[in-house]
Amino acid sequence: MRRYLVPLLAACAAVGLAGTLYLVFYVTKLEQNLFFNQKIFYWHVPNWFMLFSMVFLCGGASIGYLVKRDPKWDDVAFAAGELAVLFGAIGLVTGSIWGKAAWGHWWIWELRLTTSLILWLTMLGYALVRRFAGPGSEPLCAGLAIFGMVNVPLVYFAVKLADKLGQASAHPKAKVVAQLDASMKGTFWLSVLTFALVCALLFLVRIDAIRDARRLRAVRERGLDAGILEP
Amino acid sequence: MGTLRLVAAVAGKDLKVELRSREILYTMALFAAVIVVVFSFSFVKDQKALVAAVPGVAWAAVVFAGTIGLGRAFEREREGDTMRALLLSPAPRLAIFAGKTVAIALLVVAVEAVVLPLCLLFFNVDLGAAVLDLVLVLVLGAIGFAIVGTVFAAMLLRIQSRDVLLPVVLYPILVPMIMSGTKATAAILAASDADAWFWIKFLAAYDCIFTVVALWTFEALVIE
Repeated sequence: MRRYLVPLLAACAAVGLAGTLYLVFYVTKLEQNLFFNQKIFYWHVPNWFMLFSMVFLCGGASIGYLVKRDPKWDDVAFAAGELAVLFGAIGLVTGSIWGKAAWGHWWIWELRLTTSLILWLTMLGYALVRRFAGPGSEPLCAGLAIFGMVNVPLVYFAVKLADKLGQASAHPKAKVVAQLDASMKGTFWLSVLTFALVCALLFLVRIDAIRDARRLRAVRERGLDAGILEP
Repeated sequence: MGTLRLVAAVAGKDLKVELRSREILYTMALFAAVIVVVFSFSFVKDQKALVAAVPGVAWAAVVFAGTIGLGRAFEREREGDTMRALLLSPAPRLAIFAGKTVAIALLVVAVEAVVLPLCLLFFNVDLGAAVLDLVLVLVLGAIGFAIVGTVFAAMLLRIQSRDVLLPVVLYPILVPMIMSGTKATAAILAASDADAWFWIKFLAAYDCIFTVVALWTFEALVIE
């Protein structure tokens, strides 16, 4: 099953990416205010969806790991945490392109932008700890993911309250999707599905690699304990 | 022994060790003072420092110096391998956590006692009675820093390259605290009481929320 799943997902994701690119550039209508620039939206929003799902998967799996102490949960959190960094990076870059077109600035200190940046930095820290902290750091990583998850609403409200006297939020709201033209809406949801497939594919590949690495470490340690392997 | 007495015992032990050498206290205080000096002359206009820079400078100095102290305080436990002894003692983890937090918070308050007068001096600020509000803000900030910092420093105790990883993982989590702290400080400097109290309440809420999260997770995270 697993043997066919990865190539199948890869094929679907490839078709999806090519298809959505075609739809985005040749089928969907131009937006009235931003014209061609609006097309980045079909990549930007799905990537943020993936970031948030990966962050919550990472946080949830970390809680599961701390409760059950089963390394399977830790593998899930590891893979999800790394993917969150990847999708966050794409989201930030595409968002900056949008911002330059829509607001004339690559970056503004706005509610959603600030919150997402802090969240992404937290996940970047998580990935760094994962890579450099060495063995025995699993509980630390789990704790970091949980603290990061709790921090998101706090940052959100802090920035929201700090902005309350300032100008209204410049970032488009979630209801924008509901107001889209039919062709735009279809393409948008197809794009979300495509990125979900990409995400699932990367997740499966990554979690296999992480699990194998963990098993290899365990075998090596047993070999060292038994005196079969040289240290 | 009651939990409170255990907390006092752990905190008292840490402070007693520190007061014998005063190593962390002196280095933290000097480091914070240097940060304030360096920043205040980078924000000089017409031979006067810009008052608008005070909140940022003060909080950067407190957080940076606090990180130094935090790392050093737990390095001391690691060198003597005393953290294991502490965890093996029959004291509940909660008491150990709270004791450590109290000790760190007191160290950070001591640093703030250096930073605050220096800021007022170099930036030519005369606050009058409002300085008490500022003290409250700084103490709440020190408590929040100590709670989150203690959990992270304790978790990092057995980890490679903990010195660089501590600020990398700690600062994003501290962002709401630093933000509300700077906003409260700015509001106090601008003499707008309503805003200041709003941010003081936010800071208190931050402290409460992370106390709960820390108490939930500390037991599970710090396992020898």
